[in-house]
Amino acid sequence: MASDAVVDKGRRRFLTATTSVVGGAGVVLAAIPFVKSWEPSAAAKSAGAPVLADIGKIEPGQKVTFAWRGLPVFVVNRTKAQLDALAGEDSRLKDPKSENTDQQPEYAKNEYRSIKPEWLVVTGICTHLGCVPDFFPELKPEPFDPQWKGGFYCPCHKSRYDISGRVFDGVPAPANLAVPPYTFIDDTHIMIGVDPGKEAA
Amino acid sequence: MGTTMTRIQSNSRVVNWIEDRMPIFSFLSSHTSGYYAPKNFNLWYYFGSLALIVLVNQILTGIFLTMNYKPNAAEAFASVEYIMRDVSWGWLIRYMHSTGASLFFVVVYLHMFRGVMYGSYKKPRELVWLLGMLIFLVLMAEAFMGYVLPWGNMSFWGAKVIISLFGAIPVIGDSLVEWIMGDYLPADATLNRFFALHVIALPLVLLLLVVLHLAALHEVGSNNPDGVEIKEKKKADGTPLDGIAFHPYYTVKDIFGTGFFLVIAAFIIFYAPTFGGWFLEHDNFIPANNLATPSHIKPVWYFTPFYAIVRMIPFKLPGVIAMFGSIAVLFFFPWLDRGKVKSIRYRGLGYKIALGLFAVSFIMLAAVGAGVTAEKIPEWFGASADVTTIENLFGRFWTVVYFGFFAFLWAYTYFGFEKTKPVPDRVTMHD
Repeated sequence: MASDAVVDKGRRRFLTATTSVVGGAGVVLAAIPFVKSWEPSAAAKSAGAPVLADIGKIEPGQKVTFAWRGLPVFVVNRTKAQLDALAGEDSRLKDPKSENTDQQPEYAKNEYRSIKPEWLVVTGICTHLGCVPDFFPELKPEPFDPQWKGGFYCPCHKSRYDISGRVFDGVPAPANLAVPPYTFIDDTHIMIGVDPGKEAA
Repeated sequence: MGTTMTRIQSNSRVVNWIEDRMPIFSFLSSHTSGYYAPKNFNLWYYFGSLALIVLVNQILTGIFLTMNYKPNAAEAFASVEYIMRDVSWGWLIRYMHSTGASLFFVVVYLHMFRGVMYGSYKKPRELVWLLGMLIFLVLMAEAFMGYVLPWGNMSFWGAKVIISLFGAIPVIGDSLVEWIMGDYLPADATLNRFFALHVIALPLVLLLLVVLHLAALHEVGSNNPDGVEIKEKKKADGTPLDGIAFHPYYTVKDIFGTGFFLVIAAFIIFYAPTFGGWFLEHDNFIPANNLATPSHIKPVWYFTPFYAIVRMIPFKLPGVIAMFGSIAVLFFFPWLDRGKVKSIRYRGLGYKIALGLFAVSFIMLAAVGAGVTAEKIPEWFGASADVTTIENLFGRFWTVVYFGFFAFLWAYTYFGFEKTKPVPDRVTMHD
């Protein structure tokens, strides 16, 4: 560079700024493929297809776990006694009317959080930090709750849910257990991962 | 004390030839025999060099573990057992790595406590502290991801719980969790990327940060148990009156400390590698099972204080904020503590009591997080005791003490409540 040349500082600043902006945009664009590469792959997504569950052999009061998208889905055949106890729990619950619409499809936003009253279908993942709650179906005092009327108890951080997966007040979990999309194919089969009246995704 | 690099004169023509082209030997000598550290270092000053020793151990043993480990959800668990049973000396290399991980946190926590006790984070050493805190953060990420790799049931559920913490972030939480895992649950994709981060990405960052931590330290000089600046009193030759050359004086001292440390480490590696389930947890000897949660999910001991805080707060988002806050607040030590006196030796009684309570709160929260209290409460209060209520009261009390310490520290020093003792001109153990 000629030493006697007058330095045009404005021009230099303009060139530095434009080079930085263009270079910066290039870096951001180049980062996209790397960031995107962390998303679930096509194989992981296709493994998330709906699952047909045979519920014909589930006895009243029994719980069977099906796997959908690698998540445990609890299917419970609830007894009359369990269903009758539900209404009495409302005052001890965080969201007794299932008003948090993220936690269930519209067709499960009802008294029993299900399509058919006796059949409970919920994702067995604690809404606190994702552990699998244990099933305590009996209506008898438990060490963690002397007024227990049956439901789910998470061993990780002691969150409690009633037999409809509604979360109790005063526990770390913020929301009711999620109800996945499901539909009855016939009286003894449900398809998990599909809304009623829709084709399998 | 702003290490100045003086050109060394060697009799070796080879050394001089290299020095003329790149003064690497002058650089090394200026940071060892040319670096003057206070002569009153005590036992607490071992832990920095020990952390370096452990880091070298983790890198060396880690490299050899990758030679037999399979970063694949179907094979990972079996490959670790293969290392343990079939690879010659594989058990030793793995136990050195797993014990090293826990000892890393032992020495780093003691190293950090030393810094707090002697005010080593205060002006002009704020950057040393911040860089050290960044090392601590990266170390936690490194330890967490390494813990996932054996793909035992605790690896799986630990990964699930920790990654779910990010789900508490409003709006983007759920998709962020999916993005981190690369699936709808911790799976092969998660394990594979954690392997990549654990063995190359984070170690590179860690090494860079360690170099910066030392560079920042050597620019301002080491603090000492009296918290006085040794470069304010100098000898005729310009070196500090109360300073001694790092090499040979402290290299020899650190070699002694290292020897002692290695004896303890060897005892654990050979006789108690699981350390009663504290260093390697029993549930992690069961392969990962995404449909069965271990009955007591808890992280390894070094995360339990922070984990207790998330458990003690009955709402998800505030709990997660408090947990990350309990680590973030440590970054602000240099600005929360307005006191001019550095060392605990000359600070007010209030500070001494508060720091003691802070240390106790850390240990008590660790006990809550590790499930010790949940186990002991029925023993102490009878089998009918309401464990959850008692534990919550206990844990919340110590959570308040933990955060209260920082509030107290700020108020105590900002409003001038602290009655300090006079700080001596020179370190107290000079001739």
